[in-house]
Amino acid sequence: MASLNVLAVVCLGYVALLFLVAFLADRMASRGHSARWLRSPLVYTLSLSIYCTAWTFYGAVGYAARSGLEYITIYLGPTLVMIGWWWGLRKLVRIGRSQRVTSIADLLSARYGKSNLLAIGVTILAVIGTTPYISLQLQSITLSFAIFAEADPLRSVNETQTVFWVALGLAVFAILFGTRNLNANERHHGVVTAVALEAVVKLVSLLAVGIFVVWGIAGGLSQTLQRIDASSIGQWQVDGGRWAAITFLSAAAFVCLPRMFQVMVVENEDERHLRIAAWAFPLYLLLISIFVVPIAAIGLELLPQRSNPDLFVLTLPLAEGQQGLAVLSFIGGFSSATSMAIVAAMALSTMVSNHIVMPIWLRWQEVGASVSGDVRDVVLLARRLSIAGIMALGYLYYTISGGGAALAAIGLIAFAGVAQMLPSLVGGLFWRGATRAGALAGLTVGFAVWLYTMLLPALGGGVLPTHILAEGLFGIGWLKPHALFGIEGLDETVHAVLWSMLLNTGAFLIGSLATFPSPLERLQGAQFVDVFEHSSGPRGWLGSVAQAEDLMIMSQRILGAGEAQRFFQAELARQGGRGPLPEPTPAFLERLERELSASIGAAAAHAMVGQIVGGSSVSVQDLMAVADETAQILEYSSRLEMQSEELSRTARKLQETNEKLTQISQQKDAFLSQVSHELRTPMTSIRAFSEILRDADHLSATDHTRYAGIIHDEALRLTRLLNDLLDLSVLENGQVTLNFSAGRLGDVLDHAVATALADGSADLRVLRDDATDDLRLSTDLDRLSQVFINLIANAEKYCTAEQPQLRIVAQESGDWLFIDFIDNGAGIPPEYRTTIFEKFSRVSPERAGGAGLGLAICREIMQRLGGDVGYLAGQEGGAFRVSLSLRREIAA
Amino acid sequence: MIRGDGAEGQGETTAPFVARKTYRRRRLMDVARLLPIVGAVLFAIPLMWPSPDPYPAPDSMGGMPLSRAMIYVLSVWAMLILASFVFGLAVRRWADHWTGVNEGPQEGGGD
Repeated sequence: MASLNVLAVVCLGYVALLFLVAFLADRMASRGHSARWLRSPLVYTLSLSIYCTAWTFYGAVGYAARSGLEYITIYLGPTLVMIGWWWGLRKLVRIGRSQRVTSIADLLSARYGKSNLLAIGVTILAVIGTTPYISLQLQSITLSFAIFAEADPLRSVNETQTVFWVALGLAVFAILFGTRNLNANERHHGVVTAVALEAVVKLVSLLAVGIFVVWGIAGGLSQTLQRIDASSIGQWQVDGGRWAAITFLSAAAFVCLPRMFQVMVVENEDERHLRIAAWAFPLYLLLISIFVVPIAAIGLELLPQRSNPDLFVLTLPLAEGQQGLAVLSFIGGFSSATSMAIVAAMALSTMVSNHIVMPIWLRWQEVGASVSGDVRDVVLLARRLSIAGIMALGYLYYTISGGGAALAAIGLIAFAGVAQMLPSLVGGLFWRGATRAGALAGLTVGFAVWLYTMLLPALGGGVLPTHILAEGLFGIGWLKPHALFGIEGLDETVHAVLWSMLLNTGAFLIGSLATFPSPLERLQGAQFVDVFEHSSGPRGWLGSVAQAEDLMIMSQRILGAGEAQRFFQAELARQGGRGPLPEPTPAFLERLERELSASIGAAAAHAMVGQIVGGSSVSVQDLMAVADETAQILEYSSRLEMQSEELSRTARKLQETNEKLTQISQQKDAFLSQVSHELRTPMTSIRAFSEILRDADHLSATDHTRYAGIIHDEALRLTRLLNDLLDLSVLENGQVTLNFSAGRLGDVLDHAVATALADGSADLRVLRDDATDDLRLSTDLDRLSQVFINLIANAEKYCTAEQPQLRIVAQESGDWLFIDFIDNGAGIPPEYRTTIFEKFSRVSPERAGGAGLGLAICREIMQRLGGDVGYLAGQEGGAFRVSLSLRREIAA
Repeated sequence: MIRGDGAEGQGETTAPFVARKTYRRRRLMDVARLLPIVGAVLFAIPLMWPSPDPYPAPDSMGGMPLSRAMIYVLSVWAMLILASFVFGLAVRRWADHWTGVNEGPQEGGGD
C-alpha cells in the first residue's frame, strides 16, 4: 500500500519538477534565446489541453458510467471548433494579436469601443463562472487523496485542511510564474511550458490506465467491446437535445473560457501554430477520451455498487493491486487539476486587475497616470492579490458547498455561464453592426437567465427557495426556473442553455440594431471584422528591424507630429548621432516612455514601448488601432503635410545649392581671367622691353638701364602677385600655420607703420592714439602686423587729400579689440564697399599699384585669427576696422 | 462581396478571374469552412438511431450496442482529424502568403 506519506512526497516532487521547468523556461525566455521547442506548435497544442481538467480526468469516466456516450460531446465541441479554425479561431487569434488583447474581457471591451463597463461585466461573469470550477479542481485533488487515505489505515485525511494547502500551493505557483513581470504581451513561458508538461503527464497516465484496463483486465479489444455492450450502459441511449446542446456548449466554452482564451489567443506565439493544433489538439482529445468508456464499463462491472464512478480511474488500479499505476493516475489527475487552476487564476487575475482594480486605483489616485514606476508595481500587486483572492474564493466555495455534487454538473454550469459571451464575441468578430449596447444587453440577459435557471437551482442549500422552483418567481408559472414560458418537460441543462442563449442572442441583436455606435466602436468594428485586410500576414517574434522608426510613428500618434519630431531631434542631438533617427538606447526609451506616459498613462506607455522594443513586431496598422477615428485623420493629414513640407524643403535646398554652384563656377571663371590678365600685363612689358634690349643695337646706356629697370620692376610685380596668390590660396585652404606669440599692441603698430612707410616717399602723417598701446595681445603678431601694413599702405596709396593723414585708434569693447584706420581722403564709394574685399577688386584701376589681393588677404588672415576686417562707414574719410577677439578662441 | 482571408495577394479579392492556383486555394478554403459543418452533421447521425425499446421483445436486437456507437463516433472523429491534417498541409502549400513559407527569416518556428 502506498502510504499517504509516499503520495505526499511524490506530489511534492512533482510540484518541484513543475517549478523547475517553469523556472527554466522563464529564464530562457527572458534571456531572449528561448529554445525553438519552447515556442513550437507542439507546446502550443499541449497547452491547449488545459481544457481537459480534473473534470475530464476523473469526471468523464463518471459521466460515462452514468449516461453512456454522452460524455464525448464535451470533446466533440472543441474538435469542431478546432477543425473549423480557418473560419473562426484564425480570426480570433489574429485579432487577439493585432489588438494586443490580454483577456477575453479585454477583447470584448476593445471591440465595443474600449468600454470598461463591458469589461467589468465580462470579468464578473468570468469570476462567477470560474470559481465553482476551481473549487471543483480542489475537490478532485482532495477526493483522490481520500481514496488513498481509505487504503491507509494509519492515517486519516482532514479534507478541508488538504484543500487549504492545495489552494495555497496553487496560488503560490500562479503568483510566482504568472505575475513575474508586467509583460505587454501577457505571455508566460514558464507557466505554458509547465502546462504542456502536465498535458503529457495526464495523457500518459490516462492512456496507461486505459491500456491496463483493456489489455490487463478485460483481456483484449474484442472482449472489452463485448463487456461494454454487456454492461449497464451497453445500449446506445442518448437524449438528442442534450447531445446537441452539450456539443454546442462545449464548443462555445472552448472559445470563451478565460483560461482557454489565455492559452489559445494571449499566449499564442505564432499564428501558424494553429495550423498544427487544428489536427493535433483533436487528436489529443481523441486519445484522452478513447479509454473512457472501457474504464467506465469495467469499473461498473468490477467495483462495488456504491463506489464513486468519478474516481474509477483511481479505484480500478487500486482494486487490482496496481499501486504504481494508481499513483501515476493520481499524478495525472493532480496535473489536470493544478494546470487548470493555475491558468484560470492567472487569466482571471489579469482581467480583475486590468478592468476592476486599476481603474478604481487610478481614479482614487487622481494623478496616478503620471507616475511611471508606481503603476506597474501596483498592477503586479493587484494581480497577485487577485490570484490569491480567486483561490480563496474557490476554497470558500468548496467549504460552503461542502463538495459532493457530481463533478460533471458543476462543469456544465460553468460552461453555460461563460458561453454567455459567445453571441457578443461572434457578433463582434463577424458583424460590424454589433454595438456596445447590444453586447451589454445580451450579456446581462444571458447572465440573468443562466443565474436563474441554472446556477441558483443547482447551488441548492436554500439559495433559491423551493416554492420558486415549484411555482416560479412571484408565483408566475411562466417564470419557473426549469420551465420558462410554461414549456415543461425539457431537460434542465437543455432548457437553460436554450433559453439563455436564445434570449441573450435576441437581446444582443435587438440592442445592436436599435442603437447607434460611437465612432470608436465603428472603427474598432471595422478593425475586427476586416482584420485580414487591416493586418499583414503572420509575423514571427524575432524583433523588428526599424525600431526607431516604429517608435517615431507611435510617438507621433500620441504626442502629435511636431512634438514628437522635436523630441526625437533633441534626442538625436543629445546622442550626437548623424542618422535621421536616434538609436533606441535604454536611456532614450526611458525618456520616451516618460514622455508618452504623460499622455496615455504609464502602463499603456510602458506596454507600447515594450511592444516595439521587446522583440515583438508591431506594424503601423496595429498602432493605428489604438487611436480613434479623429486621430487617424489627423495622423494622415499631418503625415501628408510633413511629406509636402519635406518635399519643398528639399526643393529649396536643391535650388540654393544650384545657385551656389553657379556662383562658384562664375567666380572661378572670373578669377582665372583676372589672374591671367594680371599676369599678362607685366609679361607683355617684360617681353617688349627684353625684345628691345635684344634687337636694338644702338641703345644708350640710360635707355639700357631704364629698360632693364622696367623689366626688373615688372618681374618684381609678377613675383609679388604670385606671392600674394600663393598666400591667399594657403590661407583659404586653411593650410596656414599660425605662430602665436604675445606682445604689446603698440609695438605691433609701430613696427607696421615703420615698415609701411619705409621708402619715405609719401608724406602720409600717421596719428597714433597711444592710450591702448600697453594692451597685451596673444596672437600671430607677424600676420596681424601684415594686415596693419597693408591697411597703412592702402591709405598711403589711395588717400586723395592734400595733406594725407591716417588716424589709428584702438579701443577695447568687452572681449573684442577694435583697431580703426581712418584717413582723411574721399573714402570708398558706397557701391564698392562690399566688394573691396573680393579678390582682384580695385576701386580705381587707373591707380593700380597692386593686384587687388591685399584686402582679400587681410580678411582671410583676420578670420583665421578669430577676428575680421571690414569697412567702417560714417567717417569723414576712408576707414577700416580690424576687430580681434581677445579670448584665445581662435580658429586655427 | 468576397472577404479577404489574409491569403490573398494584392487586388485578388475583387478580380473576377484569378489564377488557377488562387482558384484552387479558394475552393480549398470552402472545404475548410465546410469541414466543421460536415463533422457536426456526421456526429448528429447517431441521434437518428433507434433508442432501445423499454420493453424489448424476447428475440429483438434492442437498440444500437454502445461499442458500435463508440466505434462510429471515433471513426468520424479520426476522419475529421485526418481531413484537418491534410488541409493543414494544403494550406502550407497553397496559401504560402499566409503561412509565410517564402518569407524566409520571418519564420519563427511556424511548422
